[in-house]
Amino acid sequence: MATPVTERQYQGKVHEHSRRLMSAWMGELARAEAEGRTTGALMISGNCVELLRACHVLPMFPEVTALQNAIRHKSLPLILKAEQAGYSSDNCAYVKADMGLFLEGGMGPGKPMPFPNLIVCNYVGCNVYVKWFEHLADISGAKLFMLDVPFARTPEPTAADVQYVVGQLEELIALCEGFTGHTFDIDELREVLAHAARAEDGYARCKDLCKSHPAPFDAYFDSINMMGPINVLRGTREAADFFDVAVAEFAGLVGQGLGPLSEERFRTVVEGPPPYPYYKNFRNLFSKWGAVAVQSTYSTVGGIWEWGFRHDPARPLESIAEQMLRENLTNRSITARYQQIRRYVDEWKADALVIHSIKSCRLFSAGQGDMRDYFTRELGVPTLLVESDLEDPRYYAEAQLRNRIDAFFEALEHKKVVAAGTH
Amino acid sequence: MTPEQILEQCRDLVGQPLGAVAERWKAERPGGRVVAAYPVWTPAELVHAAGMLPLSLLGGGTSVELTHADARFQSFVCSIAKSTLELGFQDIVKGIDGFVFSNICDVARNLGSIYQRNFPGVFVEYLHLPQNSTSPGVTAYAASELRRLAAGFETAFGLTLTEAALTKAIEIYNVVRARVRALYAFRIAEPQKLSTTELYVALRATTLVPPEQAIAWLDALLDGLPRRDARPRDRLRVVIEGAFCEQPPLGLLEVLEEAGCYVVEDDLLLGWRWFTSDVPTDGDPFERLGAAYVNQSVPSSTRHEGREHRSAGLIEKVRRASATAVIFMPAKFCEPALFDYVLMKQGLERAGIPHMIVEFEEKMWTFERTRNEIETFVESMLFD
Ligand code: SF4
Ligand code: SF4
Repeated sequence: MATPVTERQYQGKVHEHSRRLMSAWMGELARAEAEGRTTGALMISGNCVELLRACHVLPMFPEVTALQNAIRHKSLPLILKAEQAGYSSDNCAYVKADMGLFLEGGMGPGKPMPFPNLIVCNYVGCNVYVKWFEHLADISGAKLFMLDVPFARTPEPTAADVQYVVGQLEELIALCEGFTGHTFDIDELREVLAHAARAEDGYARCKDLCKSHPAPFDAYFDSINMMGPINVLRGTREAADFFDVAVAEFAGLVGQGLGPLSEERFRTVVEGPPPYPYYKNFRNLFSKWGAVAVQSTYSTVGGIWEWGFRHDPARPLESIAEQMLRENLTNRSITARYQQIRRYVDEWKADALVIHSIKSCRLFSAGQGDMRDYFTRELGVPTLLVESDLEDPRYYAEAQLRNRIDAFFEALEHKKVVAAGTH
Repeated sequence: MTPEQILEQCRDLVGQPLGAVAERWKAERPGGRVVAAYPVWTPAELVHAAGMLPLSLLGGGTSVELTHADARFQSFVCSIAKSTLELGFQDIVKGIDGFVFSNICDVARNLGSIYQRNFPGVFVEYLHLPQNSTSPGVTAYAASELRRLAAGFETAFGLTLTEAALTKAIEIYNVVRARVRALYAFRIAEPQKLSTTELYVALRATTLVPPEQAIAWLDALLDGLPRRDARPRDRLRVVIEGAFCEQPPLGLLEVLEEAGCYVVEDDLLLGWRWFTSDVPTDGDPFERLGAAYVNQSVPSSTRHEGREHRSAGLIEKVRRASATAVIFMPAKFCEPALFDYVLMKQGLERAGIPHMIVEFEEKMWTFERTRNEIETFVESMLFD
């Protein structure tokens, strides 16, 4: 191997800014009970956070709580607690960490994490969402609204699909009005959607900048800084402004020819969620090879903005419905994801695909062996498949992962050398 | 025919490769088409109304070795998904023209599209069945999804599916389901005369033949079984819950009874007896069937029901069948069953109903540990 690759150790404004915004939101949540504000639980994937915002319902996201607990190395005791209560070791650990938090006394009235007043299950692809929110409703006694979003199984959403979702959104508005006493104002929703569209545009521009060589940030590991603002805070002016700052910063890096590492040797597309309990360790396994993710699928769970879709203030409910139905990763089939990745590999000029298979998440993972087959055999894209978990540290085997990753990049490097020699 | 002769026929049919079942039916009907339905519920009525044969698609059971599918699906995925894909790779479903999957879980969802990618020559449809049970627009949506499936059949196979034919199909499947309900009621009343493996095999065979044949078999069983000579034994009356998708091996069902249980209710092949009462046949049949899905479905781990707690249906089943306990029998890695286990178990505990859990895989072949566990459970209950 040539000169060792180092990280630039440059967190930049984006990281700090994102942290500030997310902390402010969590502060609001912590005060919500005392201030008598209505809270509503939502899932990240293809969510309708704009609608809750316009209805004056403060959104809360159990997935964010679960991933934060994993990053802080607090997930295992919670998972174990849930398993003692009967949850299977084979169930999605996100749910277990959330239920474990309740069982440990960390969630509920007067606790650091309040119970939501309203539970809006945006069933957008993931069937575990249905279970999770049934369980949350069971422990909290909160009203559960099942927002059933038909899966993307036709070239375009059918008229019946859109009508069905819009009808449920209207019902949800009435439900929120009952909770908050605030009369819904469509113009307020239009305003929220305009902020959302601006943030979506910014996020898409950031990701587009990763087409540069080197990419200015790692579109897998660093995208997390943008996923809070885009998925949780979407629809606020602050989130939209955040992306203006991000675009400026990344464009500046592109101008200076800087990326997240001292050298970008391999450009990868990463598929699957990250192992939150070992985020940094996992990243290091790639950094040392100079491997930078120039695109990732996980960064599109909330919405796929890079192909141009934006919320439209002129068609408020319809565009929310369209986004939930089609413009996000989770409500699309796994084979549609193959095509998403294929475009990433082609348009972002990637050298390889890395599939991080997650035991918890069958939505992402079930069948990724077929995905590998498609990319290696049919397209000839070098593909690495490694396995661990996004929440449960017991499934992270570093030595094994290192061996697989090292062997893969060694082979890739060898291929590069050979290719260079023949030209 | 005697019940024994019918059960023998059923056992024989269930043991045959699915493709062979399809080919034999097609041999007598040139140009005929066969559509296989993955669990849990698929509107067999639509398949029948289009003049095709609906078949249950239930994985490879104990007989199919995985040679391709385990490279596609990881170790933490249930067996039925893998072995169903394997059926395609090994041509065991050759002769089947269409496959229908639905949104029962994330694995089945991915399986549907992976099936389509690997076998582009067959018709594959994925249904999104409603998970919202109370909104005003749900029934209209459900009807539209059924119409979409019908249109898919028409385009793919160049046939016509009329409303009149669908009404007739609903009528005949109402008869099948009523007979199955009667058979279940008979087992509740006299479990000593109909073992669970017998009931299972008979029921499974009815998912491999046209409804007319199913009715003939069921009628003969309902007629002959009461005359069986069997004395009731001192056994624990139990309900099986959680085996609605992947099929437990017959050996496991046998062990339950050998270890001292009468299984008086279960959720085996649940999708083929999905409605609690007859589906109305007046008016638009798509709307009737869609509305029945929303309002007349049995409780199921794969369908959200906003009007009652997860455990309510199970508790009601226990009471209706005069059962004493519940044996949870989820397939290994079956997310819907394993999640529901927690809420159901809590509900049972509140209602004072004892329970135990036995996980299985379709290829499980030793049952000794399970036998011991069940025997201990039964003893603790019977001699308490
Ligand atoms: S299965 Fe996957 S998408 Fe669903 S809740 Fe778990 S981690 Fe999230
Ligand atoms: S056994 Fe369970 S997890 Fe597997 S396909 Fe069936 S419902 Fe899904």
